[in-house]
Amino acid sequence: MIPEATFHFAGLLAQAVPLAPGSHNILHPGAPQGSHIEWLYWFIFWILLAVYVLMIVGFTRAGAKSRVLSREPLPISEYPEGDRRAKWAVGTAVAITVIILFVVLAISVATGKRVAGMTTSKNPVTISVTGHQWWWEVTYPNPQADQTVTTANEIHVPVGTPVVVLTNSADVIHSFWPPSITGKRDLLPGYSTAFWFQVDQPGVYRGQCAEFCGLQHAHMGFSIVAQSVSDFQAWQQQQLKPAAEPTDQEVARGRAVFLTHTCLMCHTIRGTDAGSRVGPDLTHLASRKMIAAETLPNTTGALAGWIVDPQRIKPGARMTPNPLAPDDLQALVSYLRSLQ
Amino acid sequence: MKRLPQFVLMLIAALLLGSCKREERVLRQPPPADETLNVVQISGLNPGANSIPTPPPSNMYEESAYTVSEGQKLYEQYNCVGCHAHGGGGIGPPLMDNNWIYGSEPGNIFATIMQGRPNGMPSFRNRIPQYQVWELVAYVRSLSGLLPKYVSPSRPDEMNVKPSESSTPHQNPTGITGEPEQRK
Repeated sequence: MIPEATFHFAGLLAQAVPLAPGSHNILHPGAPQGSHIEWLYWFIFWILLAVYVLMIVGFTRAGAKSRVLSREPLPISEYPEGDRRAKWAVGTAVAITVIILFVVLAISVATGKRVAGMTTSKNPVTISVTGHQWWWEVTYPNPQADQTVTTANEIHVPVGTPVVVLTNSADVIHSFWPPSITGKRDLLPGYSTAFWFQVDQPGVYRGQCAEFCGLQHAHMGFSIVAQSVSDFQAWQQQQLKPAAEPTDQEVARGRAVFLTHTCLMCHTIRGTDAGSRVGPDLTHLASRKMIAAETLPNTTGALAGWIVDPQRIKPGARMTPNPLAPDDLQALVSYLRSLQ
Repeated sequence: MKRLPQFVLMLIAALLLGSCKREERVLRQPPPADETLNVVQISGLNPGANSIPTPPPSNMYEESAYTVSEGQKLYEQYNCVGCHAHGGGGIGPPLMDNNWIYGSEPGNIFATIMQGRPNGMPSFRNRIPQYQVWELVAYVRSLSGLLPKYVSPSRPDEMNVKPSESSTPHQNPTGITGEPEQRK
């Protein structure tokens, strides 16, 4: 008969075994802050493991001593009247527990300070993240209005440079959480806060909303693309351009479809008449890897499916179904795919 | 007479049970049928036999607080506020009074939004899906009290004398501002 505790232990171990190296994993940090958090994780893990092993050893010994397994009646008390050994044992155990808890508390606070504190004075990149139901609006504010980059769900940052994030929310409380990079930060409606992070290893890191925010909370992801400084600047220059002009007839027709249907009531494509700020900015949609807040790959098929019936993919999302004629849809998707 | 308190309790319980009816939110709206707007007519005057079809039923949008509040959201997002303000009017006529230039029936307002009207009201045909137009219609009617109170949304925050807690003026973030400090 395997004691139930063994399963708990196996569960703990399973949690400790690193998952497949991914980009959404606090045990594979790609940033200094993530490393602090990972260190704290292992610190607490080993303490808890030691406590757990000691508890199991103690229980097993007590069980063997009192012969629970041999089904003999348990003695009421092991110790004779007036023996104070039991009191001492309990007192010591309580004291050790309290000390360990205080140590864990102190280390947690220290790690929190290390995560929040700025350790570099290099010029930071400032980005502004606004939570929406259920996507992320990302801008790179610049005093010069025409130098402000606006995008959605895909945050590009230069490697090795601190990134100051100004947060806000358009509707309810969301929480910005890229597990491999830093801890969670709530986005509060009508109240701007700020924090920073820095990514040291280039790569694509996935993030997720970590505060329940409505029907599609689970499908509110984002990604952080960490790239070299020169790549980042090239990306920024590309994003600053207005939308690409149609090069062939099909794409031109797609633009006409976009501008004469429901799309333009919510979306912006800079360089055209569409300028509404309700939904994500689509000026450079084709440069993003995913659509619908990291829900679907940015492919022709997924894009068409999303446009026609978003309510099947993300029920409750703010985007309306668009029953377009097949050739209109084809043209519209070609146009959107051309927006590099 | 001994039974009276029990009877009253049961009555209260039954009333409470009755209030449990939950509104159903239709997330996947039925695809719009043919453009119904041309069957909606503004005037009852008609040459020949009276052949005005009845306006399409829109009750499903006017009986749910959810759809009316969706209308309130859309009213803001689709920039109705740009001309009609939050009901008080400005460039466009006020919507919270009792004067209806083109009729106050749901079908009339639907037609106004879809077709546009002289002197500035644009046509939103093909630009706004029909179910959202009906939601806007429901909200516009709620502005002047044509909808029952239990579905009408409260006034938007913008109309309060004092800004609400959720729309306080922009504050500079506490903590990090601009250039990060050197840590000693």
